[in-house]
Amino acid sequence: MQSALSQALDQARQAGAGRVHEIRLRIGALSGVVPEALQFAFEALSDGTPAEGGRLTIEHVPARFWCATCKREFEAIRLFTECPECHNPSGELRAGRELELASLEVD
Amino acid sequence: MCEDCGCGLPGEKSVGISTHPHTHAHDHGHPHHHDQDHGHSHGESGNPHEHAEGHEHRRTLEVRRSILDKNDRLAERNRGFFRARGLLVLNVLSSPGSGKTTLLRETIRRLGNRLRTGVIVGDLATDNDARRLGEAGAAAVQITTGTVCHLEAEMVARALKQLDLTGVGLLAIENVGNLVCPASYDLGEDLRVVLLSVTEGEDKPLKYPPLFQSAGVAVVTKMDLAQACDYDRDTALANLRRVAANAPVFEISAKTGQGMDAWCDFLVQQHQTLKTRDPLG
Repeated sequence: MQSALSQALDQARQAGAGRVHEIRLRIGALSGVVPEALQFAFEALSDGTPAEGGRLTIEHVPARFWCATCKREFEAIRLFTECPECHNPSGELRAGRELELASLEVD
Repeated sequence: MCEDCGCGLPGEKSVGISTHPHTHAHDHGHPHHHDQDHGHSHGESGNPHEHAEGHEHRRTLEVRRSILDKNDRLAERNRGFFRARGLLVLNVLSSPGSGKTTLLRETIRRLGNRLRTGVIVGDLATDNDARRLGEAGAAAVQITTGTVCHLEAEMVARALKQLDLTGVGLLAIENVGNLVCPASYDLGEDLRVVLLSVTEGEDKPLKYPPLFQSAGVAVVTKMDLAQACDYDRDTALANLRRVAANAPVFEISAKTGQGMDAWCDFLVQQHQTLKTRDPLG
């Protein structure tokens, strides 16, 4: 959360913004990140910064794999790699590792 | 600070690095090189902000940038360094007590001069693991992370400066024992090695999919204890397959030597592949 917040504050400063009202993150299901922990850390770390009192919004990105047999992308059920149609495991992750600072709401 | 679990809040002690060259007998007078410059930037907090009161012009700034951008860039720099040196680099991950150090110790011992090994070991505290691995014959550097629950590319870059890589072909980075946070941090490795010991339960891969999903190789350790703890091999392998479909699996006992030859041969072969792939090596 420290680097997310640092990046957000850098961006806000570069844009000449005073306050950061909202930080929006995109977090993949396979990113290894616990959203609740991020919320907690955000509150702890934003105190005394231009983001103090602001809101952290997390957009969840589901894990998606490519099935080479069915030639289609599928959303992973419980993060398993197996295709719900043919039940073959997939080794090709298409989405779900995102850990991204998407946008900021500033003034 | 970790993106995942809130560890490493500002103000906590910095990361330390100590060397364990294999050439000297370990006594307590050995020099520790505690690097004091803290690579993380905690600079933003406490920064007073100018804020013109009374007028608000809310606007949206589109950023769309990876939060771990900085780590990823440093990891690529490490990767370039490893490439130029022809090193095969492993990032060894598991929960605490799965046998990372024991596996590495046996690997170092068995590989010997066939493929000389250097190690970087991460723990919250103590240099016990680096000492153990140094005694096994490897050039070893310990990173003590203080409270941080994973290694980052920058810590590895600093540890590399302390490591004598002369003649070394394999570099094993033993990550902090943790099945969550290290998954997010690229260190510049060629191969992620994820351990699952038979004592942990067959469903570990299902409980911690992000880390197991990122595995390049899975190693089932402590096979000598399989019978004693009613290890269900078929279930464990099926579970690994479900989250890490493409990772080759090695079943090993570092204690009895079961599976060690196949594992060491695999590493030597990976190192050869790296060399033929990259003319620099």
